[in-house]
Amino acid sequence: MMQFMLLFSRQGKLRLQKWYVAHPDKVKKKITRELVTLVLARKPKMCSFLEWKDLKIVYKRYASLYFCCAIEPADNELLTLEIIHRYVELLDKYFGSVCELDIIFNFEKAYFMLDELMLGGEVQETSKKNVLKAIAAQDLLQEESEEPKGILEEIGISFPS
Amino acid sequence: MRGLSVFISDIRNCKSKEAEIKRINKELANIRSKFKGDKTLDGYQKKKYVCKLLFIFLLGHDIDFGHMEAVNLLSSNKYTEKQIGYLFITVLISASSDLMKLVIQSIKNDLNSRNPVHVNLALQCVANIGSREMAENLGTEIPRLLVSGDTIDSVKQSAALTLLRLLRTSPDLIQMGEWTSRVIHLLNDQHMGVVTSAASLIEALVKKNPEEYKGCVSLAVSRLSRIVTSSYTDLQDYTYYFVPAPWLSVKLLRLLQNYPPPEDPAVRTRLTECLETILNKAQEAPKSKKAQHSNAKNAVLFEAINLIIHMDSDPNLLVRACNQLGQFLQHRETNLRYLALESMCLLATSEFSHEAVKKHQETVITSLKTERDVSVRQRAVDLLYAMCDRTNAEEIVAEMLEYLESADYSIREEMVLKVAILAEKYAVDYTWYVDVILNLIRIAGDYVSEEVWYRVIQIVINRDDVQGYAAKTVFEALQAPACHENMVKVGGYILGEFGNLIAGDPRSSPIVQFELLHSKYHLCGAATRGLLLSTYIKFVNLFPEIKSSIQEVLKSGNNLKNPDVEIQQRSMEYLQLSTVATADVLATVLEEMPPFPERESSILAKLKKKKPSSVPETAETKEHKHIPQAQISNSVEHASSPPSSQHSTPSNTGASVDLLGLGTTLGSKPTTASGLLVDVFADNFPPASSNGLESSGLTMGADESYKKFVCKNNGVLFENDILQIGVKSEYRQNLCRLGMFYGNKTSFHFTAFSVEVECPAPLDNQLNIQPKPVGTVIEGGAQVQQIFNIEAVQEFSDSPIIHIKFLYSGAQQKISLKLPVTVNKFIESVEMDSSTFFARWKALCGPQQESQKIFRAQHPMDAEQTKAKKSTDWLFSTVRTKSAGSNVSFDSKSDWFVWLFALSLSLFVLFYSLCSSPCFTLFAPPLPSLLLLYTLSFFSFFHATLDLQVFIVDGGGMVLSHLLLFLKIFLLFFFLFLSFFSFFLFSLSFFLFSLSFFLFFFSFFLSFFFSFFLSFFFSFFLSFFFSFFLSFFFFLSFFSTLLFILFYYSLYSFFSFFPFLSLLFFFFFFFFFF
Repeated sequence: MMQFMLLFSRQGKLRLQKWYVAHPDKVKKKITRELVTLVLARKPKMCSFLEWKDLKIVYKRYASLYFCCAIEPADNELLTLEIIHRYVELLDKYFGSVCELDIIFNFEKAYFMLDELMLGGEVQETSKKNVLKAIAAQDLLQEESEEPKGILEEIGISFPS
Repeated sequence: MRGLSVFISDIRNCKSKEAEIKRINKELANIRSKFKGDKTLDGYQKKKYVCKLLFIFLLGHDIDFGHMEAVNLLSSNKYTEKQIGYLFITVLISASSDLMKLVIQSIKNDLNSRNPVHVNLALQCVANIGSREMAENLGTEIPRLLVSGDTIDSVKQSAALTLLRLLRTSPDLIQMGEWTSRVIHLLNDQHMGVVTSAASLIEALVKKNPEEYKGCVSLAVSRLSRIVTSSYTDLQDYTYYFVPAPWLSVKLLRLLQNYPPPEDPAVRTRLTECLETILNKAQEAPKSKKAQHSNAKNAVLFEAINLIIHMDSDPNLLVRACNQLGQFLQHRETNLRYLALESMCLLATSEFSHEAVKKHQETVITSLKTERDVSVRQRAVDLLYAMCDRTNAEEIVAEMLEYLESADYSIREEMVLKVAILAEKYAVDYTWYVDVILNLIRIAGDYVSEEVWYRVIQIVINRDDVQGYAAKTVFEALQAPACHENMVKVGGYILGEFGNLIAGDPRSSPIVQFELLHSKYHLCGAATRGLLLSTYIKFVNLFPEIKSSIQEVLKSGNNLKNPDVEIQQRSMEYLQLSTVATADVLATVLEEMPPFPERESSILAKLKKKKPSSVPETAETKEHKHIPQAQISNSVEHASSPPSSQHSTPSNTGASVDLLGLGTTLGSKPTTASGLLVDVFADNFPPASSNGLESSGLTMGADESYKKFVCKNNGVLFENDILQIGVKSEYRQNLCRLGMFYGNKTSFHFTAFSVEVECPAPLDNQLNIQPKPVGTVIEGGAQVQQIFNIEAVQEFSDSPIIHIKFLYSGAQQKISLKLPVTVNKFIESVEMDSSTFFARWKALCGPQQESQKIFRAQHPMDAEQTKAKKSTDWLFSTVRTKSAGSNVSFDSKSDWFVWLFALSLSLFVLFYSLCSSPCFTLFAPPLPSLLLLYTLSFFSFFHATLDLQVFIVDGGGMVLSHLLLFLKIFLLFFFLFLSFFSFFLFSLSFFLFSLSFFLFFFSFFLSFFFSFFLSFFFSFFLSFFFSFFLSFFFFLSFFSTLLFILFYYSLYSFFSFFPFLSLLFFFFFFFFFF
């Protein structure tokens, strides 16, 4: 079972965090800080797996973003690497060649997509097609609900009804 | 949501952290006023603000409001609003929040919704939070969703994983009950996504209750078989880079690892076929060059190998797996090498594949040396540790030791532990073991934990055959200029115990051993110093001949006054122990350590504690019986101070002991072995107690004055404000007459005065004491005498005690003192001449009658120092020189005097000779003074040659000593010159004297002859004239000689008086001052 997943930039800025086990905020921040420094210190050719406390850390770098997962000792490292890859593929497909900015501006989408791929720390749906279908359905609902909104409402001015 | 995008852009455009915080605070204030304002916000605005809050939170700022608005969003009908609401809640609301009830209510509503998208949102929220409260409220609803026939697939997937999450957080609340078989049959579901999710859930359920879910094995095997045999096109989107359903395969393989190999042969064969197929596929050429393909394929392969290792029943599969991993060991992917090493570690523990793993030893060692990633090297170390057995232990340990020199600091300690364990576990030859551990300490001393060096000592102590070797090896190791402190500890301990085994060799003689250890002493910490002090006291026992040097060390102010209490106490106690205790006591106290009880290695426990996963249990138990088990009970440190641990013995007997008070008492000789420590420590110097009596019953201060009487016969034994006790004693042969004088210092009476003598146990047979009675009253200011007649029957060590009791102004006074009778008083001198002495001396040849004491000189013989001393103290201090076998000592004071004396004497002789030169010196022959001069110059010559010898032997020295030497040599030649010169003058004067004497007589005879002879031939007148002329000539010569003599004597008396005076002056001067 995956314990948590972190996305951070090469500058160490956290872009996304998903925790599958409950920790107090303080602990979360501490873990994040530790892992970010640990992973950023590693050289490119090094192996993607780390032992860290009683967990295994699997990380991979895509452009300027690091994807870092913590899994339990019994879990399969290689496949965790492929979960990361699948997630990246999904983001890429959805945003159309994803970049860091997409994740910053549409962070909620990134979360929703991750929820579709994984749930409770386990892989839920490995089919790229199915995940995208689900996300597309959400977007459809969103568009339906947002259609009647006018440009005035968008900037916070509404007519008294 | 344009507002959100604008806000995010603003934040990103902020130049500094301060600007960012400012912008965020502005936004927070805006949102707060919006939420608080009376104008009701519509769903979209709420969503927008909640979303902004979420973003701010994710930036790492604290959010303390807006939760209520988010919960409101949950009840919205609009999907996106609901979605943001749920997101906010999963990210921000903690499980214990008050709002949780509201949230759960909304979730319940959504779960019952007919819109599957809403149901999914609710399920995802539950899965993300997974609190206990949720499990309580929703524990029945979710399983129903999972197994219901009309639930759509995507909801089933979410329900399965949500249930899994709740099962993990509160396993007691989730009861599957009647749904068990239906859950199992989800493995047969058409939809691969459902199966994937369900596999995770089933695995968790199986872990909880394996029996109930046993049916899943055959289902899982058949499902796995179908996936493995399918072509990558069959599963459409579930094929990942040409690998059919890797996630599901891995999950199924993991599920099967929860059970032993299937009993049903059909299932078993099918499973074996699956595993073989997976292994076969690994051999096939990759269908894609992409890393994803190989990763997915290998992920399945590794999981299959894990299952093979878990089943541990098919040697064929195990060996194949091992070979496959062997290929990966040299793969260019670091990740694969890492995993191969990790999996091989597990394979090494299986008896079937252990040998196969050993084939890859070379590769592993190479990777240990060449791998660039420390975590991979760490794996290699683990694997080497796991594959090690009796056959390759030496090689592997050697490699690990070699690597240790350059190993990363982060893995050194673990490596040290592993090497120590391997060396111990597989040691056939224990000398090898000792070598390995000493190497460990040498290479990575800082990382050698206490347990490791404790352990080597345990083993050396428990194994007789290796002790001598260990002592020799540590001795050699300690000779390195720089030793690690741990080496000093091990060396100190082992030499202390077994140093005697190598003491025979002159290169490692006791004093050499001691000096070697002590040379490290000052570089060590307090704990090590304590240990070394213990070693020293053991040396005192092992090698009595170096006792004095050890005592010197113990006595040094650095130890006795060390700020560290432990060191101070040890040196103090050991010093006293070495001074007071006899050889027997020392031998008992410092006996060799007994073998340690055999227990599990403490190092192993430490390694297990450090890395529970990395110690393969099975290998451990297999080898267990071969291990010579020994365990240091608490710690070596504790055991290494036997005397301190002995302290408890005397204190148990009630006489509390403080070694600090120990002093030298003669003849205190414990006779029995039992309780001898009590004798030594407790008897003489008990600590002072509060009631004015020392705990042995003696009055305060009695002991100090008693000690004075060891060498004294008369004096004051005791004195306080009211009473003074004096002692006078006489000894003759074995008899003693001792008078005690009790003086009353007050003006009041002492009444009921009584004196009792107490002779403790052995003493009553050794001494016969007869006190004379004494009056019961002592008047004020009076002195009463009491005589004791004492007879020494045999030699004794203790002294009798007298108790003096009296009433002084109504109060009972009691004084207890030791009677100052010691055995040395009865020793008498014997008069004898040398022959009787040697006769008796030679008669003393029995072994008990001999005693030898070797002690170190008070001052070291330092040539440099001696020379300096000699030159600076040339005048006034004693210089002793040894020459030609006999001791000739020159006192430089008298030396100086001799020089001056010789100088003045020679001057005197010079004047004397000068004075005597003009005329004859018949009346004052300078011969005796000349002889004296010759003697003096001979002595000075002798002395100067000696100095010259010293000078040559020393090979030069200080400038001052050179100057003095040359002065001496100059004086020598000066004396010689003087003596020769005076001899020359003497001879000259003698010649002149003879000549004048001859002239005198010649002229006399000539005149007489001429006058007489001429009278015959010439006329009287003429003859008269001649004779007159000759007589005149004669008289002239006669008078001239007379005049010369007179002149000479006046001159002589004058000049001879002057040197005589100067000589007197010198005598006076020297006797007066020196």
